[in-house]
Amino acid sequence: MHPVRKQRLYLVLFVALFSSVAVGLVSYALRGNINLFYPPADVASGKAPTDQSIRVGGMVEKGSVQRADDSLEVSFMLTDYQASVPVVYIGILPDLFGEEQGAVASGVLDSEGVLQATEILAKHDENYMPPEVAYALENSGYDKKGKTK
Amino acid sequence: MMPEIGHFALIIAFCLTLMLATVPAWGAWRGNVIAMALAPTLAIGVLVFVGISFGCLASAFLQDDFSVALVASHSNSLLPPIYKFAAVWGNHEGSLMLWALILALWTAAVALFSPSLPLLVLSRVLSVMGAIGVGFLSFSLVTSNPFARLLPGTPVDGGDLNPLLQDPGLIIHPPLLYMGYVGFSVAFAFAIAALLGGRLDASWARWSRPWTNIAWGFLSLGIMLGSWWAYYELGWGGWWFWDPVENASFMPWLAGTALIHSLAATDKRGLFKSWTVLLAIFAFSLSLLGTFLVRSGVLTSVHAFATDPARGMFILVFLALVVGGSLTLYAFRAPAVSSKVTFAWVSRESLLLCNNVVFLVATLTVLFGTLFPLIVDGLGMGKVSVGPPYFNAVFVPLMVLLVPFMGIGPVSRWKGDDVARWRSELMIPAVVAVVCGFTFPLLHAPYNIWVALAVLLSSWLVLGLLQDVWRRLRNASSPARGLQRLTPGYCGMLIAHLGFAICVTGVVATSQYSVERDLRMSPGDTQELAGYEFKFIEVTQVRGPNFTADEARIEVSRDDVIVASLLPQKRRYLATGSVMTEAAIDPGLFRDLYVAMGEPIGNDGAWAMRLHYKPLVRWMWLGAIFMAAGAFTSVLDKRYRRQRHVVQSGNKAALHGA
Repeated sequence: MHPVRKQRLYLVLFVALFSSVAVGLVSYALRGNINLFYPPADVASGKAPTDQSIRVGGMVEKGSVQRADDSLEVSFMLTDYQASVPVVYIGILPDLFGEEQGAVASGVLDSEGVLQATEILAKHDENYMPPEVAYALENSGYDKKGKTK
Repeated sequence: MMPEIGHFALIIAFCLTLMLATVPAWGAWRGNVIAMALAPTLAIGVLVFVGISFGCLASAFLQDDFSVALVASHSNSLLPPIYKFAAVWGNHEGSLMLWALILALWTAAVALFSPSLPLLVLSRVLSVMGAIGVGFLSFSLVTSNPFARLLPGTPVDGGDLNPLLQDPGLIIHPPLLYMGYVGFSVAFAFAIAALLGGRLDASWARWSRPWTNIAWGFLSLGIMLGSWWAYYELGWGGWWFWDPVENASFMPWLAGTALIHSLAATDKRGLFKSWTVLLAIFAFSLSLLGTFLVRSGVLTSVHAFATDPARGMFILVFLALVVGGSLTLYAFRAPAVSSKVTFAWVSRESLLLCNNVVFLVATLTVLFGTLFPLIVDGLGMGKVSVGPPYFNAVFVPLMVLLVPFMGIGPVSRWKGDDVARWRSELMIPAVVAVVCGFTFPLLHAPYNIWVALAVLLSSWLVLGLLQDVWRRLRNASSPARGLQRLTPGYCGMLIAHLGFAICVTGVVATSQYSVERDLRMSPGDTQELAGYEFKFIEVTQVRGPNFTADEARIEVSRDDVIVASLLPQKRRYLATGSVMTEAAIDPGLFRDLYVAMGEPIGNDGAWAMRLHYKPLVRWMWLGAIFMAAGAFTSVLDKRYRRQRHVVQSGNKAALHGA
């Protein structure tokens, strides 16, 4: 074989080998590390798994935010106006978290159907709505004020 | 009147880019010197008119012209002037203007600072950049006109700039990042020009290399500033979230890193030519993809502005045109430009190839993780998000794989080398690196194996560099003479690689050693964190230019000596009523102390407090500054200027050849 060709062949083999290692690594890493999103209605109807981390997004129900006096525990309800999911979170909430605002919580559902959240994402400016929350509301046929469309 | 002038100037600029995209390209095709010679003038004309337009927009912001819709929704009369100016790019329309301005700047810079470039090449390069300009200016004019008026119905005061953006970070982060992003358009334009011309000689790489290095340096700085900004402004104490938009800036950086290394091989040895061209196309396509991800709002991210499907569609089509067009051109022309040079497996070329493969794979894995949610959503399989664990799991091993080769790189020789020589050169560095890896982590209890690995790798890297400098000095007649002989190109490499080592150490040490705690604290409480005592003294009310705030005072002491007095704030901005956390940081070369306020808890004045101890966190930003400094230094190299006379005489030949 011509030396240039030969070198090129080795190159291609090397790249192919390396990329398959990378693909293996990627699929291994993906398996455990993706979070599926569920609208509150799906969680309430039992479609969400209880043994793995999920994300739930919706509007924070008015009057539902309760803060413990002696710890950083916060509980609130996330709703898509069809169903609500109780969420418990221990820690500091984002600045723009608030009642009647969109939020996405990620965590694991416990046996009582409470989402034990490890992370809360809120919107970060006045006009922005997390796409998942918009999707959940659209599915339930309500707008962000809770009125039927 | 000003906004109308601005709008008009933007339209003129658009017409000029249309001419720039067509006339010189036609001239290059037909061999018409007059048409080609128009290119630099047109490029400067575009800059002038985009500049006027940008100036008009900025003056509308500075003069509180709330009849302009953009100003009304993103500025406020109470806003400090510097933020009024920065607010120009703190929104979708304005950030596109900044993009267009920077593209015009790069185009004009290529026109002005390329006296050695044959007119034929220059006109093609400027034409390609003009075509990119057409894309962005029409995007701005058609879907996101920044000068739209609110007439009638001009509000009395503006809706204010998002408080997160009211920060010095906004003033410098976007311009630097865009300098990098858009800078890759120069490398792209050179690549396309070479494909159009069907000739890729060594001088092509030499022309394109300094531009690519500068763009890469700016991108490094931009990303670093973004990370630093997120660290102190978002109030979480995190510095990298693998957020889609961070990835959007990181992917061009990774591809650009591969590009600058493969350009080195193309420049010095005439190797990897078609590969380099492909990387240049790839890097710029990723810049465009980044723009698409950021501006279309398809992904959940802290950077997304309010969504508009029309805009997303426009950039997607533009992206498809650029990627599709350039790859088609590549498919037709690449065989003509490919190189016929061989090299031995044990050589610097192989090491650069390793760099390229690692960085390319890293880019692809990050790309895959970023787009995976879109793919799954598109297939109707639900909404997923890919979190930091994925990215860490794939990215970290790749970097670990990279560094051993990086240590050999500087010592290695082009064309062919000898493993025995490597062994004798690098024996001492290897031993010293192992010793460093074992001993340095002893300074910080408990002993951490990951930090040990990081120190091992980065000291291997640094010692490899030192060994090479030592070899060069030793071979020179005197050390001073030896130092003189180190070219700026070589020094740039040294500085940038040193920066990489600093960065690796900082990232691993701060990830492994950081202590973070969210606590409930009442005034008078003391909390101990990593040997520091945090004493919560009091909360007072303070007033800023456009906000009021609760300000806590926290005294940090170590062994009863006061180290710092930290004043974190919880701000409430007057115009929008939005609440913002302002963290207080006591910075240091070896550790940061970081305090942020959460919410008040209960009625006895207690607050949720976030206390962080972050060792070596500054090192990764310092490392990034070194990398950028290295890139800028390398541009000073004489080899990029020396050829002026030679090429100018060859200029006419090139023209006649066409």
